[in-house]
Amino acid sequence: MDFTYDDEQQALRESVRGLLATAYADHDARRRAVAEDPGFDRTLWGRLAEMGVLGLPFSEDHGGVGAGPVEIGIVCRELGRVLAPEPYLASVVHAGGLVAAVGTPEQKADLLGRLSAGEIVLAAADTSPGGRWAAQADGVRASESGDGWTLSGVADPVVGGAFADHLVVTAALPDGGTGAFVVDASAATVTGYAAADLTRAASVRFDDSAATPLGQPGRDLTASIATISDLTRILGANQALGVMESQVRATTDYLKTRKQFGVTLNTFQALTFRAADMYVSLELATSVVDWATMTIAGGDRDAVADAADRVGLQVSRAGRHIGQEAIQLHGGIGMTAEYAVGVGTAHLEVLDQWLGNGPHHLRRLSERVTDHDLVEALS
Amino acid sequence: MQLELSPADAEFRTRMRDFFTTKVPQEIRDAVLEGRHLTRDQIVESQRALNAEGLAVPHWPTEWGGQDWTDLQRHLWHEEMQRAGVPIPLAFNASMIGPVLAQFGSQEQKERFLPATANLDIWWSQGFSEPDAGSDLASLRTTAVRDGDDWVVNGQKTWTTLGQHGDWIFTLVRTDPEVKKQAGISMLLIDMTSPGVEVRPIELIDGGHEVNEVWFSDVRVPGDLLVGEPGQGWTIAKFLLGNERVGVAPVGATKRALATLKKTAAAQMDDPLVRARVAELENELLALELTALRVVAHSAGGEPHPASSVLKLKGTELQQAVSELALDLAGPASLAARADDDSPQEGWARRSAPTYLNLRKASIYGGSNEIQRQIISRTILGL
Repeated sequence: MDFTYDDEQQALRESVRGLLATAYADHDARRRAVAEDPGFDRTLWGRLAEMGVLGLPFSEDHGGVGAGPVEIGIVCRELGRVLAPEPYLASVVHAGGLVAAVGTPEQKADLLGRLSAGEIVLAAADTSPGGRWAAQADGVRASESGDGWTLSGVADPVVGGAFADHLVVTAALPDGGTGAFVVDASAATVTGYAAADLTRAASVRFDDSAATPLGQPGRDLTASIATISDLTRILGANQALGVMESQVRATTDYLKTRKQFGVTLNTFQALTFRAADMYVSLELATSVVDWATMTIAGGDRDAVADAADRVGLQVSRAGRHIGQEAIQLHGGIGMTAEYAVGVGTAHLEVLDQWLGNGPHHLRRLSERVTDHDLVEALS
Repeated sequence: MQLELSPADAEFRTRMRDFFTTKVPQEIRDAVLEGRHLTRDQIVESQRALNAEGLAVPHWPTEWGGQDWTDLQRHLWHEEMQRAGVPIPLAFNASMIGPVLAQFGSQEQKERFLPATANLDIWWSQGFSEPDAGSDLASLRTTAVRDGDDWVVNGQKTWTTLGQHGDWIFTLVRTDPEVKKQAGISMLLIDMTSPGVEVRPIELIDGGHEVNEVWFSDVRVPGDLLVGEPGQGWTIAKFLLGNERVGVAPVGATKRALATLKKTAAAQMDDPLVRARVAELENELLALELTALRVVAHSAGGEPHPASSVLKLKGTELQQAVSELALDLAGPASLAARADDDSPQEGWARRSAPTYLNLRKASIYGGSNEIQRQIISRTILGL
């Protein structure tokens, strides 16, 4: 049992941190990046490709690096620390994860190779308007005609979809079940918009859009789709953890320097005690994030699903607590768009509502609560 | 990063689990698992069973019965013990005065007291808090004045847990009123049968007799029962209160209490709100347990991990939260708290209100949770 990074993992963290520190030296750089299309820094995206970061999850056969979940988690955590708007989680972890899980060898080599090289951006279209974290598709339907497959329906929000080259779409199959398809973005109507944290998402309409089945055509992929969502939930929790780390640090720094009534704010115990509670939430969340990330390596699908619910609930609770307190302890400045703290709170909510919020995970855990005697931390 | 225990640690855990579930009397374990009070004899019997196997004081120096385990092994020992319903070795002996004597005591004191302390032949009480010295312990006023080779002690201690069972009491006393308040404190070992020692019970809100006042009136204490040097008491007290990394949070006991509640209150487990409360608590306990594991796996150089304060703070909150859930699930049956044993109400329900009330102490003793927040904000966050 070991909760520390090895030398290579530390080196990865330092190099990613260094690269991001250059691209997003301050919050202004992030504001500039999200102010213009495509809503992220394409130069940085290219550098991440050169470093091998975009190919981390994928096997070397498919142009990737073949790294484990801990390495991917490190990247997500670093991205979170600077509120990076790059669609790593959406494009690499989620959409790329779907391709890696269910695609044919040819599809993997093609799509994952180009994704790893930074040549294309993918986005997963798996949510219908009003939908709530279901692996079964209900907003988009697949049809098979003589010469191939087409999709019809609407997916929204498609995170990272505004500037994706290809969409990985989950769609209801004619004979029941859910399949996955690759659609060229030009074959659909993509309407981009900014979420509350100014990262980009899209509403995507398919009208008999030509689609290529991922993997064996017509097969029900619900279980694999659910597992990739669980993996994305866990890695999204890493990203949220990075956001929270920055918020706790920014808040303590602010309490040490901001003066009111002629003294710095850390003179007031009413404030320092609240900062202490933020630290408690951060430490507890860190433990569960690390645990859930390590659970992925075990490879057991049910264990990963359980870990996703547990880390989802923990990070959701911690995010609400830290995100709200970070703004409150900063006062008015925390409300402004020019300051990172409040935008971080927005980012935490976007991650949470996209990947699975607290009540959702609590409901799922509640359903299973009598299936076990104790929750075992160590198997 | 790796989740699995090493084969050696996994084997160690199995060995602990086997011992605790087979070698400690079932009757004692049942009492713990059901949340009933233990008698003095049961606590002594259990600790002696552990001590016979070298499992009562594994964190002591090996020459005095310690095991030279890693912190992780001690954590596993501690968790498995709680999980099996084995009473934790008496803290005053095993966690407090034992390590203090091993570190600061004279050779004579070690030989006289340590074996008897490990085996609970001597039941120690703690004489720290006073009516005007709680969190501000350094303000204590009990005095010890030199008279020939002896010290003469006068004053009052309070909140002395299980002092009614105590044979000896390790006591912080003021030996020098002239110097800075921390520098004038010493630790004396006092035989509780000495003339002038009086133990008076304090009745608590749960109706139980758990704590006491201990009064000292011209109590003569031989000079060789001072620990360390005169004036070293504050250093010793800080060592005693701060050297613990394992078992800071009652993780195993709280997990077990919640698991037991799921069974005893099974009739209410169909209620979605109840299920949600249990699921939320289980998740918080998982976070706590994992944090405890991080602390024990990665504490360097004998210094307490800074996150120890997190464990105390959150651990006591969750301990209290589980008792709140038990009380809510008991409902009207909880009113039978002081009914006779032939009450038609179930035992767990009858114990729920006293337990809830009793556990309010958890966020007060051992450095109140406000003190823990102070430690976090000052020491960790630098505020």
